[in-house]
Amino acid sequence: MSGFEPAISNPVEYIQHHLTNLSIGGKPESITDFSVIHVDVLLVSIILAGIFAFFAKKVGDNIDPDNPGPLQNGAEMIVEFVNQQVQDIFPSADKMVGPIAITLFVWIILMNTMDLIPVDLIPGLVAGIYGLFGGDPHHAYFKAVPTTNLDTTFGLALSVFVLIIYYNIKSKGVAGWLKGFFFHPFVAKGTGAKIALAIPNLLMTLIEEIAKPVSLGLRLFGNMFAGELLFLLIALMAFSVWAMPGQVILGSIWAIFHILVITLQAFVFMLLTIVYLSLASQTHDDH
Amino acid sequence: MNITATLIGQMIVFTVLVWFIKGVMWEPILTAMQARQKRIADGLAAAEQGLQNEELAKQAAIDELKKAKTESAEIIAQAQKRASEIVEEAKGTATEEAGRVTTAAQAEIEQEVTRAREGLRSQVASLAVTGAEKILGKEIDAKAHAKALDELASQI
Repeated sequence: MSGFEPAISNPVEYIQHHLTNLSIGGKPESITDFSVIHVDVLLVSIILAGIFAFFAKKVGDNIDPDNPGPLQNGAEMIVEFVNQQVQDIFPSADKMVGPIAITLFVWIILMNTMDLIPVDLIPGLVAGIYGLFGGDPHHAYFKAVPTTNLDTTFGLALSVFVLIIYYNIKSKGVAGWLKGFFFHPFVAKGTGAKIALAIPNLLMTLIEEIAKPVSLGLRLFGNMFAGELLFLLIALMAFSVWAMPGQVILGSIWAIFHILVITLQAFVFMLLTIVYLSLASQTHDDH
Repeated sequence: MNITATLIGQMIVFTVLVWFIKGVMWEPILTAMQARQKRIADGLAAAEQGLQNEELAKQAAIDELKKAKTESAEIIAQAQKRASEIVEEAKGTATEEAGRVTTAAQAEIEQEVTRAREGLRSQVASLAVTGAEKILGKEIDAKAHAKALDELASQI
């Protein structure tokens, strides 16, 4: 073939190769290693953000209320859809919630959609380019789906976490927000009971608050990572000409099913963000 | 499966993207959509108003028509009354005129008769005298029989 042995001959290496990021700073040593930057993740997500921003700018510059073009119609559809969700879940939302929701929705869809590009196409291209410049194609890594990376999903989830804290402080003040940790979810009447319940309340609320970003980040990551892995496993069927039809059929079925996962996960992420921000904006007297 | 510095990069990209999308697309599109909604609502309200106005105009036209009909009926009744009045008047005048003409004719006839009678009366004496002379064959003195002659004449 083209100089390097077929990856299929070594399934474990094939999959591991595909799950390795193009990074600056070597392989991450521990579970959190801030000396490493995954260039591929940043590159793809910034390009996708750029595409989104480009079309947004194009639509925004050519707004014609009377005679919307196809692009404006599409944009209006998404804006109206997201705005409807915000209005339904968080009626007292300020001006930032809508843009946050639509950005999460569209950007996550775009990043997830990278999953539908054939698993070997982008890594293959990168390996080819790497080879052209005299590098060893075996060490050319490229992970094209940013949402199969914990950095992306937790980057978004932590941003939402910061926003939750911001909206909490905005609606209740710092004192009010901190007070909420001690008097919920178990509400007591007497002073003694209040003191007794303060510690359990603190633990419960802490878990509740931390669970929000963790579940957001892990849900998206888990779904997309599993999808990507399944695509890799289906791609492994190319070990023999006789298994190729199976690869084509399974790959098609999984890709079609994955379209659902892509939009659903983006929608769920957006919806939960709106719900969390709405909860954060409620004063404790509300519930 | 590690958390790396990429996380910070993604958070920054996300923040910038939210801020950009808000200014460039979200707000202009929402503004345009709200403006359009308002204009559609206004247009519908205007159409409703127009329909109402049309209804009112129709009612007014019907009223006007009714009034005109009543008026014209009144005018026709008046005209008919006037016409019959004129006819009556003409009838009266004609009867009167006819009466007058009749009276005049009768008077004339009377006059003629009187005149004829007078004429006859004036001649009756001479006629009677002449007749008697012829019968008797002698001259008769009219004066002597003046009384009888006058009596005869008055019988006419």
